[in-house]
Amino acid sequence: MGRFLAHRLAAIVPTLFLVSVLIFGLQQLLPGDPALAIAGEDRDESVVQHLREKFHLNDPIPVRYGYWIRDVLHGNLGESVRIQKPVTELILEKLPVTIELATLAMFFALVIGITAGIVSAVFKGTPFDYLANVVALWGLSTPNFWLGILLILLFSVQLGWLPASGYVSPFEDLKANLASMVMPAFVLGNAFAAVLMRHTRSAMLQVLSADYVRTARAKGLEERVVVLRHALRNALVPVITLGALEFGALLSGAVLTEQVFSIPGFGKLIVDAVFNRDYLVVQGVVLFTATVYVTLNLLADLAYFLVNPRMRG
Amino acid sequence: MAAITVPLAAAPREDSPTRRALRRLARRRGAVVGLFLVAFFVLLALFAPWIAPYDPVATSWSLVRKAPSAQHWFGTDEIGRDVLARVIWGARASLLAGVVSVCISLAIGVPIGLAAGYLGRWIDMVISRFTDAMLACPFLILAIALAAFLGPSLTNAMIAIGIAATPAFIRLTRAQVLAVKVEDYVEAARAVGNSHLRIVLRHILPNVVPPLIVQATLAIAAAVIAEASLSFLGLGQQPPAPSWGSMLNTAKNYVENAPWMAVWPGLSIFLLVLSFNLLGDGLRDALDPRHS
Repeated sequence: MGRFLAHRLAAIVPTLFLVSVLIFGLQQLLPGDPALAIAGEDRDESVVQHLREKFHLNDPIPVRYGYWIRDVLHGNLGESVRIQKPVTELILEKLPVTIELATLAMFFALVIGITAGIVSAVFKGTPFDYLANVVALWGLSTPNFWLGILLILLFSVQLGWLPASGYVSPFEDLKANLASMVMPAFVLGNAFAAVLMRHTRSAMLQVLSADYVRTARAKGLEERVVVLRHALRNALVPVITLGALEFGALLSGAVLTEQVFSIPGFGKLIVDAVFNRDYLVVQGVVLFTATVYVTLNLLADLAYFLVNPRMRG
Repeated sequence: MAAITVPLAAAPREDSPTRRALRRLARRRGAVVGLFLVAFFVLLALFAPWIAPYDPVATSWSLVRKAPSAQHWFGTDEIGRDVLARVIWGARASLLAGVVSVCISLAIGVPIGLAAGYLGRWIDMVISRFTDAMLACPFLILAIALAAFLGPSLTNAMIAIGIAATPAFIRLTRAQVLAVKVEDYVEAARAVGNSHLRIVLRHILPNVVPPLIVQATLAIAAAVIAEASLSFLGLGQQPPAPSWGSMLNTAKNYVENAPWMAVWPGLSIFLLVLSFNLLGDGLRDALDPRHS
């Protein structure tokens, strides 16, 4: 276990280093002088000079990278030009909202995706299987911002059951919080449910034809016990690993969902930063997301290592 | 002793792998539907100037947010533009973005993947680490960041999507090359003194193409959604040029009074993405029978 962990940790160090190089490189894409771009339209020569000094723009690129990565390693991602607040603080402020959204989306995806995958595999070739596949294809092909608009049209405008936009903290009013999050979470989890359904179906089909499942049936066990206790437990191992990986992708999908439902989370932070030319915030958000993604990857590997005895051997 | 002669015509004709794959593709109903839908959208995009009933950017203050009618089948938008005309012209932006960005990914990803897989050693290590680093940045976040730093426009959105989708092609090509380069025919080509470039281009590349076709088709579907997403956020096609994503961005402000503004562009994105997904699934089954 220790050796495996050390090996994996050693492997993510160069990945994170290259991620930082790539993200630092984004700033070099800015046409012209980055100080002019950061200062915006109402630029004063003294402000531009100050920015040039502050961001070490008069130094060569490798030296600038050195300054930048030193700050990043100290938890300093720079300061938002627009809000005049540290980027790290802004990210940590918005993150809980997005984590709540992604967690609820994951819940919807797991319930819908795994259930549909099991039904589809157990009733292979029947109308249930056909329906589950159609639903999965729908989930994969629907842009989530369109689905969001359609749900607002139905549940907020026509039926008046749920709020169309906004966010209420769960610490203020849990019921209002869930009412404001149910549509966005469903929208965000929709595509992932489709991916999960396909993976669960194929894993279940593989497991259901295995010898030990045949033995369980031959022993006279109820089909429900065979499917849920013997087959599902093994089929879920790769699916759960995929779930850990997809949590990072949900953070990315949240950008659009938060925009549609006006949720003040992490995704809205990057979009607002883009339009306000707050490049340090954009850079910080990308670096943070990539680090979360790499960490989740490591955790998924660890989870797989722990649940799969063959890897431990 | 009488000589035995076998008439040449009686020998069964060998079918080419391409012909067999096409036959398998034609047998898959989903793939055929997908192919027809793709063809429909391509025709729509190509003949937009002749098919569209109105100018897609012509505004009319007397026609603001009119519901679908005999004159305006899909209704009109917030400044009186015909929604049907904009949906038809919008097909151009979506298809162009889908195809061009995947071409960019292929043009960058395939040569790099070939080099990593064939040359191996430190070149493979460096390329693989860079690919891992790019894959660590979620696709849409990376595309948004690139589009933000390059500046908002359809061209930059295509470049951003193309670059963000490249690592998947590098990884796929590399994996395929690793499997193919140990085959006997590659060894034979090396033994008779072919140059590395010739071995890669004549013997390895043609054998890694089928999975790349499948990946490219599915990547077009993802690129269409990505372009619509960037346009929805205001980072893709700029107004007043029509794009399904930017139409939805405006439509979300008028859901209560003019729901038709949101229905048609969204449905178009859905159908185009669905058609590429169906075609991609069909191609995967046709080109790799083990998968089905």
